[in-house]
Amino acid sequence: MTHQQTTSTVAVAPAAAVVSAAGRAAVGRAFAVRLALGLGGLALVFVLWWIGTDVLAQKGSFLARFSPLTAVPALFDLLLHSDLPLHVVMSLQRIFVGLGFALLIGVPLGLAVGSFQVVEAATSPAFQFLRMISPLSWMPIAVMVFGVGDKPIYFLLTFAAVWPILLSTAAGVRALDPRWLQLSRSLAATPLETLWRVVVPGVLGHVLTGVRLAIGILWIVLVPCEMLGVSAGLGYFILDTRDRLAYSELMATVLLIGILGFALDSLARSLYRIWAPGG
Amino acid sequence: MESASVLQARGLVLRYPGAAKSVLSGFDLALAPGEVVTILGPSGVGKSSLLRVLGGLQAPTSGTVQMDGAPLRGVHPRVAVAFQDPSLLPWLTLEKNVAFGLDFKHQPALSRAEREARVNDAIAEVGLSHARRQHPAALSGGMAQRAALARCLARRPKVLLLDEPFGALDEVTRAEMQTLLLKVVADTGTAAVLITHDIDEALLLSDRIVLLGGAPARQIGQWTLSLPFPRDDAVEELGTLRIEILTTLRNAVRRQNSDVSHAYA
Ligand SMILES: Nc1ncnc2c1ncn2[C@@H]1O[C@H](COP(=O)(O)OP(=O)(O)O)[C@@H](O)[C@H]1O
Ligand SMILES: [Mg+2]
Repeated sequence: MTHQQTTSTVAVAPAAAVVSAAGRAAVGRAFAVRLALGLGGLALVFVLWWIGTDVLAQKGSFLARFSPLTAVPALFDLLLHSDLPLHVVMSLQRIFVGLGFALLIGVPLGLAVGSFQVVEAATSPAFQFLRMISPLSWMPIAVMVFGVGDKPIYFLLTFAAVWPILLSTAAGVRALDPRWLQLSRSLAATPLETLWRVVVPGVLGHVLTGVRLAIGILWIVLVPCEMLGVSAGLGYFILDTRDRLAYSELMATVLLIGILGFALDSLARSLYRIWAPGG
Repeated sequence: MESASVLQARGLVLRYPGAAKSVLSGFDLALAPGEVVTILGPSGVGKSSLLRVLGGLQAPTSGTVQMDGAPLRGVHPRVAVAFQDPSLLPWLTLEKNVAFGLDFKHQPALSRAEREARVNDAIAEVGLSHARRQHPAALSGGMAQRAALARCLARRPKVLLLDEPFGALDEVTRAEMQTLLLKVVADTGTAAVLITHDIDEALLLSDRIVLLGGAPARQIGQWTLSLPFPRDDAVEELGTLRIEILTTLRNAVRRQNSDVSHAYA
């Protein structure tokens, strides 16, 4: 299985390197079509939003206050003339702290789970069990244990992000090419040398896949986490706009959360493209 | 004579744990410095298993392997193994792949300059100096196999163990690699055990051909060739030898098949 994969990669790569100009033009066209379709789909979402708030809803009704026609200008106004950028920075900082802890815990655990069948057999039911508990359900306990502030949020985010990283890393170890391990054995590598020179670089692509999944989960869990016990961040800001009855600002924040999440996912994808082996 | 051999195997028996039958029984080999011995035999006979034992990657069930007169315990720094697949690491450039392992703890300690010199020499020897910064995905099958050979040469081996190294290559590339191997052996003076199932390859490259057959496998024939290299013109001598080897191989297969039918009778 792996044998065939690698052989075909070697055979295909030089051919791919000499793709003709016509082939490149075709690839370019396909990309343009995809881009146009994608932008069209996004535009449709905005049109539906507008129909819901400005066409179907009655003038002056509650729903009409969430119109894109007020939300979009409100977003620009907030970004330029309020402390919203500071809240964004706060939220992003929490995401990266959570991701950092999740990597510190998830990668070594994933390496162990992927390397030793005993560890995998002993941990996989427990991990599946813990993984299926919504991180948010730990919130009251986290606040009691860690107090109010950033600490319980870091805990919840780490808890949410660790699973995809752990499971992807373990899958990466199991998918390692056995011939690489044979090579390191034939060079009398110590276990640590095999770990650092073959296993870690060999699973990097899988770890990055895990990071991408983790960022998606982190971003979803972050906002509700920030709705309790903190006074900064996008989750806090949403509740704040509600309390001020500033509905166009609330909708603007929702829009911004979507935009930032999209940007984070694109960032994770380009990291994968740059660093994944063989790419 | 015996003390002159660089690698020596005596009475090798190999039985994989849990297997009903041995793979090897009573195999002997004395490899002289600079000698190229080809081990020829049908698929599944146990050639790769034998090579792994000779390389210290697999402990024999009984029997001994000696390198420079000392018993082999695990892999030896002066014995380099190359497999059918180049097994290059895709995240390293060609030169990093060739250097891979030179700085490992159990390899002889080398200064950075010595390591660089060895890598440069090895890459030049296989004719890949122009591609040293490329990644494996950009290399052709033949170039990748050259790189794998360079990775072995960078260790300045006394013994090269090659397990069907050209098996996956097309005819033309294969012929180029055979020429390259002759040059490497002449340039470096390394001894080599080459495994193949291709009689012509064995005839073109070896000082000695050992035919492996039977189950469990043992030596069923041996020919010493004193023809000079390259042997492109020695058609007549090689033709006669070729038929002799083929006949021995056919007889061995026939005996083995009749054994099998008895077993099921
Ligand atoms: N690691 C192993 N464990 C158990 N059996 C093996 C192992 N490697 C090879 N064998 C068995 O040993 C026999 C010889 O295999 P191999 O040495 O690969 O032969 P060849 O290289 O001549 O094709 C085969 O029957 C194979 O199934
Ligand atoms: Mg084999």
